[in-house]
Amino acid sequence: MFWTSYFLAVLAIVLAWPVPILLSRAHWPARDPFTAMLLWQAIGLAGGLSMIGAMLVYGLEPIGDNLIAGLQALAGMVFQNAPTTALGFWHLFALSAAALLTAHLVFTLLLTYYKIERQRRRHRELLALLASPSTDGTGTVVINHDSPVAYCLPGGARSVTVLSDGLMAALEPAELRAVLIHENAHLNQRHHLLLWAFAAWRQALPWLPTTRLAQEAVNSLIEMLADDVALKTESKATLIKAIAIVASGSAVPQSAPTLGREGHGDSGLQLPEGAGGAEPASTTASRVSRLLSPRPPLPAVLRAGVLTVCLLLLAMPTALLIVPGLLG
Amino acid sequence: MASLGELERAVMDLLWAGQEAATANTLRDMLAQSTAAHDGAAGHVGKDLAVTTVLTVLSRLEKKGLVERERGTRPHRYRAVSSREDHTAELMHEVLGSAPDREAVLARFIGSVTEGEAETLRKLLGHS
Repeated sequence: MFWTSYFLAVLAIVLAWPVPILLSRAHWPARDPFTAMLLWQAIGLAGGLSMIGAMLVYGLEPIGDNLIAGLQALAGMVFQNAPTTALGFWHLFALSAAALLTAHLVFTLLLTYYKIERQRRRHRELLALLASPSTDGTGTVVINHDSPVAYCLPGGARSVTVLSDGLMAALEPAELRAVLIHENAHLNQRHHLLLWAFAAWRQALPWLPTTRLAQEAVNSLIEMLADDVALKTESKATLIKAIAIVASGSAVPQSAPTLGREGHGDSGLQLPEGAGGAEPASTTASRVSRLLSPRPPLPAVLRAGVLTVCLLLLAMPTALLIVPGLLG
Repeated sequence: MASLGELERAVMDLLWAGQEAATANTLRDMLAQSTAAHDGAAGHVGKDLAVTTVLTVLSRLEKKGLVERERGTRPHRYRAVSSREDHTAELMHEVLGSAPDREAVLARFIGSVTEGEAETLRKLLGHS
């Protein structure tokens, strides 16, 4: 039982730090965003599971040969007021930490859900008064604003895609279709659930590199997935043009002057690549460079390899925690 | 019979268009007029509308922080808290702002772009 807790602790640390940093720097996710998305989810789940599992297994070590026996013994102590002398200080500390971390994660998940839902409800209320239905289809509304803006507000049957006047004026019909398909893909593929889970994960453990990197990666990957859906019906040139028009019209003026960038201005169409600078390329830049210079999809062997890793990541901590109890 | 949502929208349109605060009675009359003007084509907003229904709509809007009541006058006079443009600006600020906790609320077609990236994209457009 001792080696189990050490193994889980090592797994938790590896998944919390080096693995997400390596994955966030890798180039292959742009070639297969779906598989990359599965891998990030597996890393998050396995990371949390092994973190809690390691502490639980360590804390229960003196009173049970495996997790299930240990939990039964602990329940006996708690409910029958039996003496807890078998557990040393560090065991009790680990058990409390495991309980607190579990409660913290669940609570943050629920709190984030509540906050997001409240903001969405308020947003929908205002839209109902300010925006007018679009001719482009149900669930699409137009708001009177000059900047080119397009977004979707998820909410089950009340999901709505919002376009601004400025956007409608700036885009050709085909480009507008590409934008709408892109936004609908977010809704159809339930991307808001991923955004929620990873936002909560980051909110719960903001000091852990994995949570920030995971959220940024997921934000970027869902855009690539939605782009791929748009590419099924609209041409690549149309989509690139739509992205470029909307992005160039909605730039956020930076507080710091962008003098440093002026020198690179003439270097043609080189978009910042993730590997180049210290700062990773923004989602928009990686989307455009992915469309401009597409690379072949991930070979089937590699894809299968990544999927196997996902399965192992989830199966290993689960098996280590549960199987010894079932066997014993 | 119009839904409460449609009525809320119609009442806000009137309050945003008018300069002065209005009583529920005035609003009811205006709603009835606008329906007559549209010959009923825009739905049955205002037709056989009771003042109590308008008051219900107003109190819902008040709860949402969109409408405020003038104190001291009887009957109560209602006004919009801020203009339609201000509300739109507030909404767009929420959409375009990049506060991390807002990122999960909605999915934008284009996230935050720096001025340098926008410049590169403008060049790209010029070349295509």
